[in-house]
Amino acid sequence: MMFAALIVKKSSVIKSLAIAGAAILLVVNVMQLRGIQLLKINTTGMLFFDQYALVFTSVLLAVLLLFFILNNAEIEKIGNNLAEYYALIFFIMCGVILVASFKSLLILFLGIEIISIPLYILTGSDKRNLKSNEASLKYFLMGSFSTGIMLMGIALLYGATGTFAVDKMVFLTEKPAVIPVAGMLLLLFSLAFKVSAAPFHFWTPDVYDGAPTPFTGFMSTIVKAAFFIGFIRLFAGGLLPLEKSWSLWIAVIVAVTLLIANLTATFQQSAKRMLAYSSIAQAGFMLLAVLGYKMGGFEAMVYYGAAYCLASVGIFAVLAKLDDYSFEGFNGLAKQQPLVALFVTICILSLAGIPLTAGFLAKFYVIKATILTGGCTWLVIFALIMAAVSVYYYFKIIQAMYFKTGNANLAASNTFKIALAIIAVLIILLGMYPQLLLYWLYF
Amino acid sequence: MIAFLLLLIPLITGVAAFIIKKQQLVKSWAILSSLITMVVAIYAAVKAPESSLSYNDSWLSLLGASFALKLDGLGLILVLLTAIAFPVIFIATYNTTYKKSSAYYGLMLLAQAGLMGVFLAYDVLLFYFFWELALIPVYFLCSGWGGEKRIPVTFKFFVYTFLGSLLMLAAILYVYSFTPDKSFSMASFYNVQIPYHSQAWLFWLFFVAFAIKMPVFPFHTWQPDTYEQSPTGTTMVLSGLMVKMGVFGVMRWLLPVLSMPAYAWGDTVSSMAVIGMLYGSLMAMKQDDIKRLVAYSSMAHIGLMALTLFAETEIGYQGVMIQMFNHGINIIGLWICVEIIERNLGTRKFSELGGLAQKAPALTVFFVIIAFANIALPLTSGFPGEFLMFTGIYTSQVTNYNVIFTVLAGLCIILGAVYTLNMIRKIFFGNTTEKTAGAKDISLNEKLVLTAVVVIILWLGIFPQSMLDLTEAASKALFKEADVTHLLTK
Repeated sequence: MMFAALIVKKSSVIKSLAIAGAAILLVVNVMQLRGIQLLKINTTGMLFFDQYALVFTSVLLAVLLLFFILNNAEIEKIGNNLAEYYALIFFIMCGVILVASFKSLLILFLGIEIISIPLYILTGSDKRNLKSNEASLKYFLMGSFSTGIMLMGIALLYGATGTFAVDKMVFLTEKPAVIPVAGMLLLLFSLAFKVSAAPFHFWTPDVYDGAPTPFTGFMSTIVKAAFFIGFIRLFAGGLLPLEKSWSLWIAVIVAVTLLIANLTATFQQSAKRMLAYSSIAQAGFMLLAVLGYKMGGFEAMVYYGAAYCLASVGIFAVLAKLDDYSFEGFNGLAKQQPLVALFVTICILSLAGIPLTAGFLAKFYVIKATILTGGCTWLVIFALIMAAVSVYYYFKIIQAMYFKTGNANLAASNTFKIALAIIAVLIILLGMYPQLLLYWLYF
Repeated sequence: MIAFLLLLIPLITGVAAFIIKKQQLVKSWAILSSLITMVVAIYAAVKAPESSLSYNDSWLSLLGASFALKLDGLGLILVLLTAIAFPVIFIATYNTTYKKSSAYYGLMLLAQAGLMGVFLAYDVLLFYFFWELALIPVYFLCSGWGGEKRIPVTFKFFVYTFLGSLLMLAAILYVYSFTPDKSFSMASFYNVQIPYHSQAWLFWLFFVAFAIKMPVFPFHTWQPDTYEQSPTGTTMVLSGLMVKMGVFGVMRWLLPVLSMPAYAWGDTVSSMAVIGMLYGSLMAMKQDDIKRLVAYSSMAHIGLMALTLFAETEIGYQGVMIQMFNHGINIIGLWICVEIIERNLGTRKFSELGGLAQKAPALTVFFVIIAFANIALPLTSGFPGEFLMFTGIYTSQVTNYNVIFTVLAGLCIILGAVYTLNMIRKIFFGNTTEKTAGAKDISLNEKLVLTAVVVIILWLGIFPQSMLDLTEAASKALFKEADVTHLLTK
């Protein structure tokens, strides 16, 4: 992709190349799911492409393909370096795959860094916009700091157990020593930063608001979901013996995240910032899936990731095409573009958790896993109350589109509408037949 | 198969209605579809073989949820009510023009599909699905075609109901975790053994969801405003059908599953219901707007049903079942008359109305008969239901306060007579005002529909046995599941 920038000048060729690349990746991934491997590389046990990782990366690659189709025109408007943006996105996907299939803490660190550094660049890619520069700098400084903390945590864990391999670590479960617990806590905090869980979320609204909207759509969906799979693989996989140490921490983080995110989102005037806070709230729900690891938390996580990514990519794509990022920018959209308004409504209903959409079943699976694992029913009831609060700010968009008059104008090509239609259909299909996705986990 | 058809017809015709652009065509389409549904429902009630009344398909088999629909006695009454109510609503509102009528009729038909699903579902997760789904079309209907303050009012209604439903979801999942075969089916939920210390808060989580829907005091604050602000066709759906979802939910999913806490907390809930009844009746007496009066009156009637349910007698259950049907028909009849008055005269306030009997005698006759049914005068359908309910409350074995509750409930009936007769006097008798001076009588389609309503009222008032036969088996079964008196030591 990077070399394509040198050779190819026409932007349409670059865009097609990007879509082709994403499609090829998706196809290869699905083939590997079915057992057909194209290349065999000896990864010396550091990477492990098990069923779960492959399904998750396939989902994220499918979302990436849809993201490209939806946002091609907008990405072109951001700056001069079109091919470089795509190249950076593909680098990030490489990091995503590393994070999804890690078996060694070094690979986890490597993957996280490969994701983060191109993201710092992409955030600041709107060079003439002061907010974009500010967002990029903020993200870079805070991100590097959290990476430092993560390295310290990894070092402590290595010092305590003598190995980086997550499945070979041995802990005393009765009275865990201070060093591994401290390492685990540092890892927890740094990963919580990356997924924007409170109280480590303060960078998210400014960064999401300042970054160009297509990249916000990419960051808040695919990248976040990737960090979540790293999270659950680490804590419910390798660090499981230390469960008593991290479960209360995660429960408290979930509660604080949901509370702060939902309450702040209701006061937002700008739809873009509201969506940033809403992504923090959704992150809170996904963290809840980690607490339900025993009884289906893993499948809840992948399903929630799929549902959330689809809906968010759709909404951010539409937001990217509007001039006005406040709620008034949506006024009267239903009259102008009824089909687009319908698809946005389906995406919002999915985020709010209305039945018949994938978002409802996603929340349902998470809650089911948590209740069946037991021990934190209070948290579930609190999470549900916060989900009801979230309906308020999600429906502000629906109300603006349908019941207020204004002149939202959206230049939507037919490809855009078809891609949005595919997203809406997928959301409803997954909402009625979750087996379509979950089947792949077992077969 | 029939059960599935009852769900499928409104669903498909509803989605198709969005595409039909011509207003006359889409109105006829809606009427035709609802008439077909009504025919199927009556056939199911009267003649259909047992096997066709249930429909079972695998859905989320990994979770233990199946797509199970069944028409049993309790569901049958409400399915009949829904199937009969919708053509009545469509024919009665034929003369009203709604802008973007294709969307309006499409959403109404989708609301019918959601309601059918709630009453047919034999699987808790499916029930929950349809419970929420029925809310979305109503939200769009009220927000799109309602009165001036419709957007915040409808939004409050939506968030309030949604919060209750989410709490119910938590309770459903918690009960699910105790089922031996990890399934959501009705049979496993009825037979589940839940440790007693969890049952109390599970009961309240379920009950809050249903109480918000019915509404029972103190969860009623959304109701008068929402009924007033929504377009009258939707108000008919809301008060005639959607509140029955709440009562139905208590009968189908709360009393059988959580019978111990229903007994233990029965007095608390009954007191809430009685307070709601008194509050609704007293507020109704003070209203100037017809719509708000009928809204408060509806709250009082539903409070009586809630009171009877927690008195836990077999005769009371039967009374509630037939009263659900009768109240649905009565209140829809009332709303039709309100809509006629509003459309023809442009006002809903008593202070501006009067002497309508001189100008519109046919409307007066219909309105008075329906109002008598509201008061539960003998010979109208309101009477058998209320009589059975009062018998149920008075002979209740589970409460010490049955006499007090009966007396207070009787007081509310008397208050009901006060405000209803007052309403009739103010609208129809006396001198004509400037607004009513030029009034005309009602048109043919409205006469047709109101005749149908009045015929049902009188028929069920004089000969309720047909209804009672339908509901007897279901109320016996419910009593068997919900009764805990055999567990109490004397």
